[in-house]
Amino acid sequence: MKTDTAAGSLTPVIPAIPAPPMIEVDAVDFYYGKSKALHNISLKIPAKQVTAFIGPSGCGKSTLLRCFNRMNDLIDGARIGQGEVRIQGVNIYDPQVDVIALRRQVGMVFQKSNPFPKSIYQNVSYGLELQGIADKKRLDVAVEKSLRGAALWDEVKDRLHSSALGLSGGQQQRLCIARAIAVEPSVILMDEPCSALDPIATSKVEELIQVLKKEYTIVIVTHSMQQAGRCSDQTAFFYIGKLIEVDATEKIFTQPGHQQTEDYITGRFG
Amino acid sequence: MKHSIGSHPFTTPPVGAARVEKVAFQVFRLATYSILLAATLIFGIIFAKGSQTIFVREFPFVNVAFLTQSPETLHVFEHEGQRHELGDRAFRAYMEKRDNPTIKEESYVYSAGGIFPCIVGTFFLVVGSMAIALVVGISAAVFLNEYSRGGPLVELLRLAILNLAGVPSIVFGLFGFGLFVLFAPVFGAAPVVGSFSLPLGFCYLNFTGWGVSLLSGWFTLAFMVLPVVITASEESLKAVPKGFRDGSLALGATQWEAIRTNVLPYALPGILTSSILGIARVAGETAPIMFTAAYVVRDRLPWQVDKAVDVLFQGVMALPYHIYVVSSKIPQNEYTERVQFGTAFVFLAVVLSIALSSVILRNRMRARYRW
Repeated sequence: MKTDTAAGSLTPVIPAIPAPPMIEVDAVDFYYGKSKALHNISLKIPAKQVTAFIGPSGCGKSTLLRCFNRMNDLIDGARIGQGEVRIQGVNIYDPQVDVIALRRQVGMVFQKSNPFPKSIYQNVSYGLELQGIADKKRLDVAVEKSLRGAALWDEVKDRLHSSALGLSGGQQQRLCIARAIAVEPSVILMDEPCSALDPIATSKVEELIQVLKKEYTIVIVTHSMQQAGRCSDQTAFFYIGKLIEVDATEKIFTQPGHQQTEDYITGRFG
Repeated sequence: MKHSIGSHPFTTPPVGAARVEKVAFQVFRLATYSILLAATLIFGIIFAKGSQTIFVREFPFVNVAFLTQSPETLHVFEHEGQRHELGDRAFRAYMEKRDNPTIKEESYVYSAGGIFPCIVGTFFLVVGSMAIALVVGISAAVFLNEYSRGGPLVELLRLAILNLAGVPSIVFGLFGFGLFVLFAPVFGAAPVVGSFSLPLGFCYLNFTGWGVSLLSGWFTLAFMVLPVVITASEESLKAVPKGFRDGSLALGATQWEAIRTNVLPYALPGILTSSILGIARVAGETAPIMFTAAYVVRDRLPWQVDKAVDVLFQGVMALPYHIYVVSSKIPQNEYTERVQFGTAFVFLAVVLSIALSSVILRNRMRARYRW
């Protein structure tokens, strides 16, 4: 079993003393009805780093990602069979955990950018208004801060009150990131955030990820090897519901420990 | 090389199949045009004959009395060499002024005056029943589409909705009569002898029924259009992209918060559009209200009540029922036709204006939310 400690020598941003992991996946089995989608997954996701999940379609990487904010709860018959997912040491599937509070701590950016058909401002303030914040000044400050954080402020500051649907695809996706960081989560989950974007918009989102990881723990699901290589510190490779390998990204891409991983990243299958 | 007509394969005379094709085309075309014919006849005749009642040659060009007065008996008589057609009140005044002369007089019921109480009654019926149907229907659609997770109970519910849509309106009328008019509970200070009473501590719930009343009519009509509203609402909810729900939930919204802020507002225009159909049906049906809410004639208007609560417990006149009464319950003559077509004309105009205002409301909502 490889751990993230090995990554320290390879990537300079990782502190020498390993911090306690933000997310710990401990022997998780996951089911959709009767079919088993995840088999005995164990994984540690360090704080303030980018972890990429790669693997062919249907391998369970998005399922695992959606376990982290319990979005799977909404799917009929979806459940964790055994094991625990701990975020900051708390098992998030414990009956005492408030799923609403969890989702405020664990934000999510979706594959298809889904800005609400409201104004840009309302999109960003939405999460805060849900928390009962109505003070206009406080919202103004938070909206500006979040849009700056998502590197979108300069592009939209003159049209905050026009519809978010007038933005380009890349801007929409960054707006979704702004919306997610507005509620100040600890973790941001990204489910193939660039799959619908052109290369320029993609590189902007990737640059943004590099900035965001200074403050947030980021888990990103991607189909692009290059993206995983460019912007993640740690990479996990999944194949038909099993975690094949997890290690520092550089190591995965240069000396993978398993033949399957090597075949996948070199494009021989998947 | 030259071919004579008939010898070239492309110029052969028409065969059987081509002749059948021509006939088939004409049959389909005529069938389609007959729809136009029917619509033209219905609207044309109602407009042509109705406008004789509604519009007048002199200022203000509209027959104000017909739109603002109650139905009256028409008195036709000759006096001092002149022929008079007067409504009940005018007739009495005329007679009193002349010390009740002896005349030969014929009277025709409901053929004078106007239909104002019917317009008002239909308006009250439509607004109340659509309000109930929309609240119950949208709630049910939200439950079925957003909350329920399938299973036999939900299947049973869907079956019930489907069957409700197929129930004839007269059955709804009888159902409303039995349940709301005769049995529905009323709060009372004391138990009523002869009916089932439920003591609540501070008062009694007496199952004496609501009588022939707006309330009975509202609920009967609401149950009749519920399937339309539920189906329409579900379709509109389904059309809202899943991403809006996921996006809200991922930001820490409860399911109801997500629905209230990011699903229902976008679904409402669609719900209203399809509910317009329901409005036309509620306004137009005679059978459900003839036992539950409609009066043949009522002197007081709905707001002329002693206590505010009586508004709910009064019957009303209604346009479709008035048409039914003046067309089949009273002797027919040249004077009743005026009322029949005039009422039908106004009826169409009222339904059209209610439908138009919901179209305008919908377009305003649509302009606000577009994706």
